[in-house]
Amino acid sequence: MAAPLLQVRNVSKHFGGFTALSEVSLDIAEGERFGLIGPNGSGKTTLINCISGLLRNEGGEIVFQGKKITGLAPYQRTRLGIARSFQVPRPFHTMSVLENLLVPSAYVVRLKDSEGEERAMQILKSIGLADKAHGFASQLSQVELRKLELARAMAARPRLLISDEAMAGLAGAEVDEVLDILFKLNESGITIIMIEHIMQAVMRFSQRVVCLDAGRIICEGAPAAIVQNGDVQRAYLGA
Amino acid sequence: MIFSFDLLFEAVLFGVLLGCFYAAVSIGLSVSFGLLDVPHVAHPALMVFGSYCTFVVAGWGLDPIVAGVLLMPAFFVLGVLIYRFYYETFEKRGTEAGVRGLAFFFGLAFIIEVGLILVFGVDQRTVQAPYIGSSLALGEYRLPYRMLVAFGVALVLTFVLTLYLSKTFTGRAIKAVAQDEPALRLMGANPVRIKQWAFGIATGVSALAGAMLIIVGPVEPALDRLYIGRTFCVVVLAGLGSMTGTLGAGLILGVSESIVLMMFGASWAPAVAFGLLLIVLGIRPQGLFGR
Amino acid sequence: MKYWISVAVLLIAALGAALSGINEYVFYAGYIVLTFVVLATAWNILGGYAGYVNFGTGAFFGFGSYAAVVLFKALGAPLIVQIIAGAAIGAALGFGVGIMTLRLRGIFFAIATVAILFIAETLMINWRYVGGATGLQLLRPEVMAPFGSYTRMLFAVMALLAVIAVSVARYVQTSWIGRGLRAIRDSEEAAECSGVPTLRLKLIACVVSGALMGAAGAPMPMYLSFVEPASSFSLNWGVSALAMPMIGGTGHWIGPVVGALLLGSIQQIVTVTISNEINVLVVGVLLVLFVVLAPDGVVGLFRKWLRRSSR
Repeated sequence: MAAPLLQVRNVSKHFGGFTALSEVSLDIAEGERFGLIGPNGSGKTTLINCISGLLRNEGGEIVFQGKKITGLAPYQRTRLGIARSFQVPRPFHTMSVLENLLVPSAYVVRLKDSEGEERAMQILKSIGLADKAHGFASQLSQVELRKLELARAMAARPRLLISDEAMAGLAGAEVDEVLDILFKLNESGITIIMIEHIMQAVMRFSQRVVCLDAGRIICEGAPAAIVQNGDVQRAYLGA
Repeated sequence: MIFSFDLLFEAVLFGVLLGCFYAAVSIGLSVSFGLLDVPHVAHPALMVFGSYCTFVVAGWGLDPIVAGVLLMPAFFVLGVLIYRFYYETFEKRGTEAGVRGLAFFFGLAFIIEVGLILVFGVDQRTVQAPYIGSSLALGEYRLPYRMLVAFGVALVLTFVLTLYLSKTFTGRAIKAVAQDEPALRLMGANPVRIKQWAFGIATGVSALAGAMLIIVGPVEPALDRLYIGRTFCVVVLAGLGSMTGTLGAGLILGVSESIVLMMFGASWAPAVAFGLLLIVLGIRPQGLFGR
Repeated sequence: MKYWISVAVLLIAALGAALSGINEYVFYAGYIVLTFVVLATAWNILGGYAGYVNFGTGAFFGFGSYAAVVLFKALGAPLIVQIIAGAAIGAALGFGVGIMTLRLRGIFFAIATVAILFIAETLMINWRYVGGATGLQLLRPEVMAPFGSYTRMLFAVMALLAVIAVSVARYVQTSWIGRGLRAIRDSEEAAECSGVPTLRLKLIACVVSGALMGAAGAPMPMYLSFVEPASSFSLNWGVSALAMPMIGGTGHWIGPVVGALLLGSIQQIVTVTISNEINVLVVGVLLVLFVVLAPDGVVGLFRKWLRRSSR
């Protein structure tokens, strides 16, 4: 069996007296569609921040493609192939939609603007934002902002894409749109970790799901099994 | 350089008094910057404004501390207005607030400073009171009464404010809004009104701080520049959001400054606060007791 | 190309003016305005492009002045060496402050710059070699022909420095560095996760900014024939260096130039006709007005007016 793309080994994170993550371990295989669920405050975003590098984990190791990345800055991890979208979209609001994609294009893939623009337009076309390419990022609608988050992550040519609640607050058809994008990305070879609250999206998308609660993994397995698990139900509904 | 254990002990004593005074003048900033995250570089300027107001009111025959307390409600209202303005203009827009908010308060500080120069001139102003000018003799050591008064007021102020923040409902709401605003919103409380109230309190406290400032020594309009160093040093050293830490940090600053004053003279003492601030930012920016 | 032609024309005009018979006062005041062009442009590289506010412009500027004084006093160094030394000290200071505080939130960097300012002033007050608190009188060397006066020569030198500063700012803005800085300003975390080495870029901006400020400070002692800590390390330099780009417009290199020319001229007029205090008041009030009402500055207002009139 091939080595996992991402290995999280016994990662812990504390904020003062509060323990956000407690000895979390998981392996993500290459090409996998992985779902991460858990109630609010369970540590999902903290875990993502530790993987992407915005937070430094205390205790434990994170290994990507066989290389220890624990001490690396976020931009270095992005250059190695880890990309993420943000739960609350953070576009570069003084730039156009196209320019937003030129940032990772120039800084990760090291393309000159002329090549970068071509590639960026292709990405925008594939997700349906091509007609907004020259508009300001600050003028986009909610679902368009979510797509821009994903597009920007795609522009970094990632091997692993972490989608942090990309569908939060979206309605039916919009959820499907975003889900489609993620499926297509996975088909092109990108490993995807999806954090989501919308259960039917997680069920449809994930091959494997892990549930976090209060900083610990309480359940791991196939989507159908997870949803029926007693611990998971208790975590969401309260004891 | 002069050194002797006697002098050192006296310097430490004086430093303790001075430190509590520094804590008291910084506690307003502990709320406005430490808890509310407002980049309030105009805090010392407002405090100096408070000193001048005290000067005017005390000139009508009142004791300066009384004058300071009387000014507190007016300053509370001023604080509410300033925060409301800041919120509507900058914080609501979110994204660009950083640079513009800082620039706003910086400009405000200058306007206050120059306003004071235009009204009162650049000369130093003082107040008169029975406890200013004489000292308490403790054995071989002399402790100026004005420092003891400031020390006393400082302790009471810190104590009252800390109690308020931990025991009363509004006080705890203020601490809550600092830690988890969305949760507060979910509970039905209006974070903006709470922050407004808190900023008002912080500014009200500055009136009393200003009174203490002019009791402890003469004031001049440009004094706010020096106190940017002292107040931010205390707040950063304490750690953002820690009220009790303010007292500890103030003591550290006060004693350090007093010792440097004794050993190297008055030309070096003002740099202590700024130097300490840089050191803290360099090695432990979260401060000693912060959140 | 248009840019370089305009620049060449401006430089020739400045040189021509300096060699002509125009009233001496024009150069006396013009030197200060040009100094502000450099300071505002330098400030904007870090403050406008990256969003990190520097209150302590006076520290970089003042250290540039004192570096020049020390070299002049110790070695009789010529002006060009003084300027290079000023730039070097400014760069080093920028690196030092940057590496310590640019990892932290913007306000901590801003406060740190105030700290540097005060510490710098305290150090110079206590250094007898440069005259301590009372400062130092300086004897200017022989005026360089063909300039009729030392002030005229300094004017021409500062014009050249201004051109250099603006060209550097223009390069930073339009290069790959500029996009990275803008990304940092818009959303630092998203920039970092998009592959932008945020600390490195911020440091570059801080070092470049500091170097230009230090260079601008170097000729000042010669201009005044005098140097002292209180005015060299005054917070007033900081408020002007900040107000000018914010009034002119922070997104484009032309903004600080517009702001410096506008506000600098206003300052000269007010200081001479009314008072120095009112001058500072005017700067403060204009700063607050623009920050609140016209956040994109004069350049932004101009752009809006263009868009409206083209409809």
